[in-house]
Amino acid sequence: MITENLPILLVVIPLLAAPLCVLLRQPTLVWGFATLVSWMVFAISIQLLILVLQDGTISYAIGDWAPPWGIEYRIDPASAFMQLVVAGIGAVSMVFAAKSVPHEIPERRIYLFYTMYLLCLTGLLGIVVTGDAFNLFVFLEISSLSSYVLISLGHDRRALTAAFQYLIMGTLGATFILIGVGLLYMVTGTLNIADLSGRLPEPAPRTSLVAFAFLTVGTSLKLALFPLHLWLPNAYTFAPSMVTAFLAATATKVSVYILLRFFFTVFGVDVAFFDLPVGDILLPLAIVAVFAASTVAIFQENVKRLLAYSSVAQIGYMILGISFATVNGLTAGIVHIFNHALIKGGLFMALGSVFLRLGTTQIDAMAGLGRQMPLTMAAFVAGGLSLVGIPLTSGFISKWYLVTGALEKGWWLVAILVVLGSLLAVIYVWRVIEAAYFRPAPAGAAQVKEAPLAMLAATWVLIGANLYFGIDSTLTVGTASRAAEVLLGLEI
Amino acid sequence: MRHHHVLHVIAKLLLPFVLLFALYVQFHGDFGPGGGFQAGVIFAAGFILYTIVFGLENARKVAPMPAVRVLVAAGLLLYAGTGVAGVLLGGHYLNYSVLAGTPVAGQHLGIMVIEFGVGVTVAAVMITIFFCFAGREK
Repeated sequence: MITENLPILLVVIPLLAAPLCVLLRQPTLVWGFATLVSWMVFAISIQLLILVLQDGTISYAIGDWAPPWGIEYRIDPASAFMQLVVAGIGAVSMVFAAKSVPHEIPERRIYLFYTMYLLCLTGLLGIVVTGDAFNLFVFLEISSLSSYVLISLGHDRRALTAAFQYLIMGTLGATFILIGVGLLYMVTGTLNIADLSGRLPEPAPRTSLVAFAFLTVGTSLKLALFPLHLWLPNAYTFAPSMVTAFLAATATKVSVYILLRFFFTVFGVDVAFFDLPVGDILLPLAIVAVFAASTVAIFQENVKRLLAYSSVAQIGYMILGISFATVNGLTAGIVHIFNHALIKGGLFMALGSVFLRLGTTQIDAMAGLGRQMPLTMAAFVAGGLSLVGIPLTSGFISKWYLVTGALEKGWWLVAILVVLGSLLAVIYVWRVIEAAYFRPAPAGAAQVKEAPLAMLAATWVLIGANLYFGIDSTLTVGTASRAAEVLLGLEI
Repeated sequence: MRHHHVLHVIAKLLLPFVLLFALYVQFHGDFGPGGGFQAGVIFAAGFILYTIVFGLENARKVAPMPAVRVLVAAGLLLYAGTGVAGVLLGGHYLNYSVLAGTPVAGQHLGIMVIEFGVGVTVAAVMITIFFCFAGREK
């Protein structure tokens, strides 16, 4: 019975836990409960991935109403991979939260913070496992609304304007997606994603082309594709550390997943990439994202903001892979979702520890920190190397498949640009390393201690996973390439 | 508002009917127009009328914040819990057919309980939002 219901339990357990947090109220108790729930969800997600890899796609009919009439939850290799990323990052973030959240959130709001976090987790997991386009929109709203609240809880008053800016942009994006879904429903009379793909008329009528445009722009807003990324730097900079780590590693990635679903499952690669010039539009935007955002990152004085711009650049790499529309390109895009989640999760957690001790993440304040917080800064260096794409780190695996994908298409210039983009990452990562290791601590600065164990452990779990998946990429690349094949319709 | 006797009397007269109408929309929702959301809003509108006429202090005595907060959570728990009950009784999530002896009775019961959950949460959230705005000046 439990195995059969795993797809729904993945979503319902955090959904039920959220109101229970409101009833529990006591901060430590709520943290313990939310942590337990997050790890249960992680265990379920591992089990689901194993099931999907063994037996293929899982379909679950909500309320026993057979799809396509009822709502269907559908887990194929792509969604199985994504739900593992979201649940895994969620579980590790909760360990990190043990010390970070009490420091940054007023005590009377902590239970609301975890309630919102669990709702956000519910939404993100729901988007990934649902097989229904409208249900996807509902979960998108659940995750977005809760993340606006999470961001606004930041210690800085500017968090409020950042959250409001994100709210405006995010609502625009979600509305576009809803319009797109509505138009698709108008054309086909169905909302089930698998059913939609079979019912879209060929050649595509104007209504479904308009739907395609709305869905592409709406999702690009949510995933912060250049030049629609303007909400992201502020939101990431002013959010509480745990929220930044969690959202940076999951929220935009889940939006990339939505894009993949609509492009490849609903419209199909032929419509999206051969009838329409989507590849020709995404490719330059992705390259510009990499270069523009990396260049801006180089000149940031706040390391959190620096990493936020770097996230925009990294999203560029994912979109670049997708724009190839080949198995290798998609594999690179999907595997980079996973790897980047580990990298940015780890880096933002290391920064969270720095913030806990220093009370700031300005680059100048971090001078000489390598000696005072050796383990935290070592994690930052390892994560930074992975961000650049040094061999033996997971970042290298993503870049490798990206370059292979480009060369396979004969696009030498693109391959060279990918490598050049990585060099820009060297510059901004080096600025932090230089400050932390090669500059003396500012005169009169207080000695600070190493970060608490829970935060270090969470950081190093992600950084360690980074190094591990840089060496043994069977799980990541294996699953990602299967997901890519399913999305491209090569394997069913 | 203390000296507006007409308003006081009329509001007191109207209130039971507003609340009763909310319950009617709630429980008649599956035969006619209505349902949990609409009923919750009407129910909360009754409270809002009371707050405007009799003041926030009195309204807080009628609906203390801790109780309202519990109701916010309880409605959602009722909804999701009904879905889980379907799983425990051998169906899929939100399958109401297994909730009672016959599938038809089960569907009937399930939608009633779920809509009630929606009604409770919507009413409690509306009241919370109104209280938050109304209490801002202090």
